[in-house]
Amino acid sequence: MYETQYHRAGSVSEAAALIGKAEDGKFLGGGQTLLPTMKQRLAAPSDLVDLTKIPDLKGIKVEGDAVVIGAATTHSEVATSDVVREKLPGLATLASGIGDPAVRHMGTIGGSISNNDPAADYPAGLVGLNATVKTSKRSIAAENFFVGMFETALEDDEIVVSVSFPVPQKSGYSKYPNPASRYAMAGVFVSQQADGSVRVAVTGAGSDGVFRVAEMESALGSNWAPDAVAGIHVNDGDMLSDIHGSSEYRANLVTVMAKRAIAAS
Amino acid sequence: MAVEGIGARALRKEDKRFITGKGRYTDDVVLPGMGFAAFVRSPHAHAKVRGIDSSAALLMPGVDAVLSGDQLVGDGIGNLICGWMIHSKDGSPMKMGGWRALEPETVRFVGQAVAVVVADTQAQARDAADAVVVDYEELPAVADPLAALDEGAPQLHPEAEGNLIYDWEIGDEAATNAAFENAAHVTRMQIQNNRLVPNPMEPRAAVASYNDGDEHYTLYTTSQNPHVARLVLSAFYNVAPEHKLRVIAPDVGGGFGSKIFIYPEEMVCLWASKRVGRPVKWVSDRTEAFLTDAHGRDHRSEAELALDADNKILGLRVKTVANIGAYMSLFSSSVPTYLYATLLSGQYDIPAIHANVKTVYTNTAPVDAYRGAGRPEATFLLERVIETAAREVGMSPADFRRKNFIKSFPHQTPVIMCYDAGDYDATLDAALKAADYDGFAARKAEAASRGKLRGIGMSCYIEACGIAPSAAVGSLGAGVGLWESAEVRVNPVGTVEVLTGSHSHGQGHETTFAQLISERFGLDTDAISIVHGDTDKVQFGMGTYGSRSGAVGMSAIVKALDKVETKAKKIAAHLMEASEADIQIEGGELKVAGTDKKLSFTEVALAAYTAHNLPEGMEPGLKEGAFYDPTNFTFPAGTYICEVEIDPETGRTEIVNFVAADDFGKVINPMIVEGQVHGGLAQGIGQALLENAAYDENGQLLTASYMDYTMPRADDVPSFNLSTHETVCPGNPLGMKGCGEAGAIGSPPAVINAITDAIGSNDLSMPASAEKVWALCKSSMRQAAE
Ligand SMILES: Cc1cc2nc3c(=O)[nH]c(=O)nc-3n(C[C@H](O)[C@H](O)[C@H](O)COP(=O)(O)OP(=O)(O)OC[C@H]3O[C@@H](n4cnc5c(N)ncnc54)[C@H](O)[C@@H]3O)c2cc1C
Repeated sequence: MYETQYHRAGSVSEAAALIGKAEDGKFLGGGQTLLPTMKQRLAAPSDLVDLTKIPDLKGIKVEGDAVVIGAATTHSEVATSDVVREKLPGLATLASGIGDPAVRHMGTIGGSISNNDPAADYPAGLVGLNATVKTSKRSIAAENFFVGMFETALEDDEIVVSVSFPVPQKSGYSKYPNPASRYAMAGVFVSQQADGSVRVAVTGAGSDGVFRVAEMESALGSNWAPDAVAGIHVNDGDMLSDIHGSSEYRANLVTVMAKRAIAAS
Repeated sequence: MAVEGIGARALRKEDKRFITGKGRYTDDVVLPGMGFAAFVRSPHAHAKVRGIDSSAALLMPGVDAVLSGDQLVGDGIGNLICGWMIHSKDGSPMKMGGWRALEPETVRFVGQAVAVVVADTQAQARDAADAVVVDYEELPAVADPLAALDEGAPQLHPEAEGNLIYDWEIGDEAATNAAFENAAHVTRMQIQNNRLVPNPMEPRAAVASYNDGDEHYTLYTTSQNPHVARLVLSAFYNVAPEHKLRVIAPDVGGGFGSKIFIYPEEMVCLWASKRVGRPVKWVSDRTEAFLTDAHGRDHRSEAELALDADNKILGLRVKTVANIGAYMSLFSSSVPTYLYATLLSGQYDIPAIHANVKTVYTNTAPVDAYRGAGRPEATFLLERVIETAAREVGMSPADFRRKNFIKSFPHQTPVIMCYDAGDYDATLDAALKAADYDGFAARKAEAASRGKLRGIGMSCYIEACGIAPSAAVGSLGAGVGLWESAEVRVNPVGTVEVLTGSHSHGQGHETTFAQLISERFGLDTDAISIVHGDTDKVQFGMGTYGSRSGAVGMSAIVKALDKVETKAKKIAAHLMEASEADIQIEGGELKVAGTDKKLSFTEVALAAYTAHNLPEGMEPGLKEGAFYDPTNFTFPAGTYICEVEIDPETGRTEIVNFVAADDFGKVINPMIVEGQVHGGLAQGIGQALLENAAYDENGQLLTASYMDYTMPRADDVPSFNLSTHETVCPGNPLGMKGCGEAGAIGSPPAVINAITDAIGSNDLSMPASAEKVWALCKSSMRQAAE
C-alpha cells in the first residue's frame, strides 16, 4: 500500500469539503473493495475520507411506502434487519449472500453501489426494486445510477447518502456464485411492485453491468410463476465470458436463477 | 497432559501456541538493523533482458541497493539445480537449462526475478522496485506442454532442443504390446491432470543475516527440510560453506511440497545480506506465491488397458507428456517418472506395463512435487481407466476391481515396486459397507424425483511412502540419500528431548513423536520435547515430504530409543544388583522382574549424569543417536467412494457422501491421522472440482489470486466418513505406512467417476467445473431425446 492520509468525516458537508481539499481523495465506506485495491498497489489515493461515522448515512427506516437504507449501513445490518426481512425479503436474502461474514460486517450498501462491480449483488437489488439513490446533490433512479462496468452517475465529490426502496408486493433473489470469488456469475432479482408491475434485474452476467429482461417481466406480469420464464433466454452475445463461465453458460444461469428467484419470492 | 502412547487420541501439544497466536514464523523474526527485500519481476513469459536501469530507484528514500543477475553471477553464486538425474530411453542424460536466482539475460516465466531492492522498510523496497526500469525484448512464449513439443514452438533453453528434457520409459514394451495383441477388449482414454497451485496458508519467507566477524550466515526460512536447504545452498549455490551457514525453519504454516525446494529468493537474501551488510527479510505476498511457488501436476496422457475375455487385465500402456515449467526445480525430474510411473500397477495384478514420459519446458512457473507428487497422477489415470473399462465390459466397478486385485504378498509389479503387505479386499469391503453401496439405486431414484442426478464412483488407490531406501533411489538417479536421523537426549532430571531431522509444518510431530517416547518409557508427554528445524541443533536430516516422517523419521527415533533403553537398563541393573535381562520398563520406572525393586526413570537418568556409580567402563550420560535407512517404500492403500448429486440446470456438483477406508499400517494418533485425511481429501476434491492454474497462450497466469483460483472451502466438502484398517507394514519397526498424502491421491478419480456415473458421459476433465458438467448434461439429454 502507498502512503495515504485518513480523515473521519462527521457530516456529509464536511466529507465533501475534505474531498474538495484533497489532491486525489477517495471516499471510504467499509473498505472491502477500496482497501484490497490499495494493498495491491492498484490505487493510490492521497486521502481517504471515511463516511461510515456520519449519522445521516446510518440506519434503516420506513418512510411512507418505502424503506430507506443509509449508505453506510453494512450488508450484515441489511441482512438481519426485521424491517428489511419483512418488507424486502429478496433484499435481505441478497445481503446475506454477499461475501463472507467479515465482508458483510464491514462492507456497506453505499460503497457497493458506488463501486458498481459488474458482478456485485446490490445493483440487481436496486434496479429490481426500482429504488432511488439519494446523494449529497440529487436523487437518481437506480437505472440511471448504474452507467456501465464500474461506472456510475456519481460525480467525483458526490456522496451516496441513502437508497430508498418502494415496498413491493413480492420480491426474490437468486444468485449463482462464482466458485472462486463468490461474487455473482448470474444474480437475478425479481419483484412485483405495489402497482402490480414486474421487474427482473440481472447482475453478474451482462457484459455491461446490471440489466433488465423485458420479456421475462411481461411473461411474469400475466403469470407470476417459475414456469413463465423457463423458456426465456437472454442473448448469449450480451453476456460476459471468462474462465469461470462462457456467455452461453451465463445466459443459461440467468434463466435458471430467474426461475429460482420467483420460486423464492 | 498424561502418559499417552501409541494409539491415543492425544490433543496436539503444538496447538496451544498456534491457537493463541504464539507461533513463531519466519515473518515474526525481527533482527536489529534488518532491511527488506523486494523483487523486480518479469511481466513477460518470455523476453530478453536488454538492460536494467536502477538509477531512479537508487535515489529513493531508504534504498540501500539494487542488485541484479550480473552481480550475482560475478560473485560466483551458482545456478539453481535439479537434484535427480533422469536418463532418456536412449541413455542420454536429461537436458537441464541454467536457472539463475536473478536472471541477467532471458526471462522465461511471468514472475521470474531479474533484480532485488533492499531498503529500510518493505514499502520503500516495493516503491523502489516499481521504479526499476527493465528494458525487455519480448519473445514468443508457449504455455501448453503439447504445443511446446510442436515443431516451430518457441525454444526456451539452448540445452533442451525442442523443449524436450527427457524421453523416458519404464516397463517391458514388447511384453506390453504383446498383451494388447492378445486382448479381447481394449479401453482407451485421453487423460489430463490439471495444474495446481499449492497455497500453503503461510507464504514463503526468508530472513538472512551475515556476521562478517566470523563470516557466518544465518537463514530463517519456510522450509520443509532445512538441512537439505543448507546442503544445496552451500554445495551447489556457493552462498556459504556448510559449517558457516545455519538454517532455521521455525514454525512453518503448511508446505504440501512447495517448501521442499530451494528457491531464488532465500538464496538472494543470503547473498544480499553480505552485500549490503545488514540482515535482509523477504516475505512473499499472495500474488508472488501464485506466480513463483512451484506448481503441481500438469500431465497429458493417453492410457490403454488390455483385458482378456474373462475381464482379467493383461496390460497397461501409457504415454504421458509432463509440463515442468520454465526451469527444473529441485526434485522436479523425479515426479513424473519414478514417483509416478512406478505406481501404475495400482492395487492390480497387471502382468505387463509400459509407460513413456516426455517432460517438457514451457513458459510457466516451475512444476515440482505437490501433495502426493506423481502418485495422484498415476492413481487418477489408472482409476479412471479401470472404472471406464468396467463400464465398457458391463461389470460392476467393484467386482471388476476385486477380480483384478493383487491377493498375495510380497508382490513384484512390472514397474519396480515390490509391495510388501496389504489387504485390498478389506478396504474395499469396508468402503462398500460404509457407503451403503447396495442402497445406491434407491437413492438415485429418489434424487431423480427431485430433478437431480445422483452418481457413485470409487477409487482403489495405492501409493508409496516412506521415501526411501538410499541405495535404491541412488541407483534411480537421486542426488541424495533418503534416510533420517534422530537423537534422544535424556536429561539428568529424566525429561527427554528428541532431536529429529523430520520437520513439522502442520503434521503434529511434537505430539505423535512424543507419544512414541511416552509409550516406551511410560513418561508423561509433557516431559518430552521434540526439537526440529534448526541445523545447529539437529545433526542432520532429510526433512518431511512423501509421508516419510512416520515410517522413516520415527523409525530413526525408535533406533535411538533402543540404544537409550539398553543403556538405561544396564545402569538400573548395576544399581539394583540385578541381571540386565530382568529389568523391565513400565510406567516411568525400571523394575526388576519378580521383585519389588525399582528405580524411577529420573533416578536412572541422574545416575547416568552424576556418574558416581556406573558399570565398569561405561561412559557417563544418557544420549544416543541413530540413522535409519528404510529397506523398502511403504504402501498405504485403500478405497474411496464418492457419491454426488448434480443439478442438471446449473451443472453444480454436490458431494453428498464421501467414504475413505484406508490402510495406513500402524496408527499412532487417530485424531491426527483423520486430520491428515481430511486435509488431503479437501485438496483432492479441490483438484477434482475447483482448482486450476490457468495460463493463457502467452504465458500469463489467469488465476493469480483467490478471485480467480478456486480454493476449496468448508462448504465445498462434505463431512467425511473415515475408517482405517491395519495391515502392519513389515518394513519398519513400528509397522507404519504413512497417511499424509493418501487423501489427495485417492480422491480425485472417485469424484470424477461419480460425476461421470451421474451424467452418463465419460468425457470429463478436471476440474469438473459446473459449466463443463452442465454442457455434458445438456448433450446427454439431447442424445437421450434423439
Ligand atoms: C472477500 C470479498 C468478497 C466479496 N464478495 C462480494 C459478493 O459476493 N457480492 C458483492 O456484491 N460484493 C462482494 N464484495 C464486495 C463488498 O460487498 C464490498 O463491501 C463493496 O463492494 C464495497 O463496499 P465498501 O463499503 O466496502 O466500500 P469501499 O471499499 O470503502 O469503497 C468502494 C468504492 O465506493 C466509494 N464509496 C464508498 N462509499 C461511498 C459513498 N457513500 N458515496 C460515494 N462513494 C462511496 C469509494 O470511494 C470506493 O471507490 C466482496 C468483497 C470481498 C473483500
